[in-house]
Amino acid sequence: MIPLDRYELVTPRTLSEALEELAAFPGSRPLAGGTDLMVALEAGTLAAGRYVSLLGCPELRGIDVTSDGVSLGALTTYTEIRRSRVLQSDYPMLIAAASETGGVATQNRGTVGGNIANASPAADTPPALLAYDASLELMSSEGTRMVPYVHFHRGYKKTDLQPGELIARIHLPRRSLSRASRDYYRKVGTRRAQAISKVCFAGTIRLEGDRVQDVRIALGSVAPTAVRATRAEAALQGNALTPAALAAAEEALVSEIAPIDDIRSTALYRTRVACNLLREFLGDHE
Amino acid sequence: MPDAAIVRVTCTINGRRTVLEGHPIERLLDALRHAGLTGTKEGCGEGECGACGVLVDGELVNSCLMPLAHVEGRAVTTIEGVASDETLHAVQAAFVDCGGAQCGICTPGMVLAAYDLLSRNQDPSDEDIRVALAGNLCRCTGYQRIFASVLEACRRSGR
Repeated sequence: MIPLDRYELVTPRTLSEALEELAAFPGSRPLAGGTDLMVALEAGTLAAGRYVSLLGCPELRGIDVTSDGVSLGALTTYTEIRRSRVLQSDYPMLIAAASETGGVATQNRGTVGGNIANASPAADTPPALLAYDASLELMSSEGTRMVPYVHFHRGYKKTDLQPGELIARIHLPRRSLSRASRDYYRKVGTRRAQAISKVCFAGTIRLEGDRVQDVRIALGSVAPTAVRATRAEAALQGNALTPAALAAAEEALVSEIAPIDDIRSTALYRTRVACNLLREFLGDHE
Repeated sequence: MPDAAIVRVTCTINGRRTVLEGHPIERLLDALRHAGLTGTKEGCGEGECGACGVLVDGELVNSCLMPLAHVEGRAVTTIEGVASDETLHAVQAAFVDCGGAQCGICTPGMVLAAYDLLSRNQDPSDEDIRVALAGNLCRCTGYQRIFASVLEACRRSGR
């Protein structure tokens, strides 16, 4: 039996109450759906201390469409993501990521804010969020700041969250989609459900004629954090998708990922699969 | 445990108003089992196997990952609430008739996952069933009879 008396769990009714709690008790941590923290609890690895349940805070919920794009409350669950019409039409990689996380029961409780804050390099939504140029609205009792998501993860399990801060909303800029746009998301794991990825790839591309007008590539499970493959993007930008361009992009990709051998896979396999996914994304049918 | 740490959480369980007492971060799974509702099983304790599945406000969740504090004011359905009095639900009857259970430890979770699926989709495809039950592990049956049981339940419910 896990000794529970080393934990406190408080349930504020509003966001401002929650922020006051986090400010008044340094070291207290938010709890959302519990699909990460409760696993740690049972494993005996959850740090003792005070936890602030956010589920009672309505300000952290909802998917709002604005003229700038879409704003997701941090408490948006994977199930809510999957059911969102605007995400289905304009941000389909988030739908794909949410559909491949855990199973139905996990998706009903797990939240996008929790997935980001837990900062696993293998998380499923971060590559999609990176490819969509997401930014995070971070709040504390002192105020609000916006951080481009690409700058949020500082290292393995290290984020830019300051004491007393929580992730309030995730902002996705409006997309200009055309018939020459393509989104590609693929998670490679042992199963199509309930699996942590060996490699996860998210890419968006827009062509003008035969030239790459716009490209974003992000991967999970190949570095200490989810990573934007800016060198691969640069190798493709403005070019036609010739074998030489694909080869250059692949070489660039290999130079900017740092996969490891671990319980799930090897660095060699991950590198190979990352390259295969890049080529599949770019429509290379060899 | 100090008295100050204990909370009293009011919810409904299988339609009946119930007060569960425990630590707010205690697993709902443990609170249910301590309350005598032992149909909900612990398989893995980490949200991978689905044996602890229950419905909270009509949504399937893993009770091993749900803190007690999170069911305040909510409606919980456990496996004990799936049958109506002495009448088995169509899913349960199909499991019996199609051999969907061997040791039975995964069965409550499987039945609830199927029940949850059918509440949202009365005419699921084979793929829909596999996806809906993807969070439930079985070590005995090899899954085929479980999927067949769910299909049979749909057939009987007049799809």
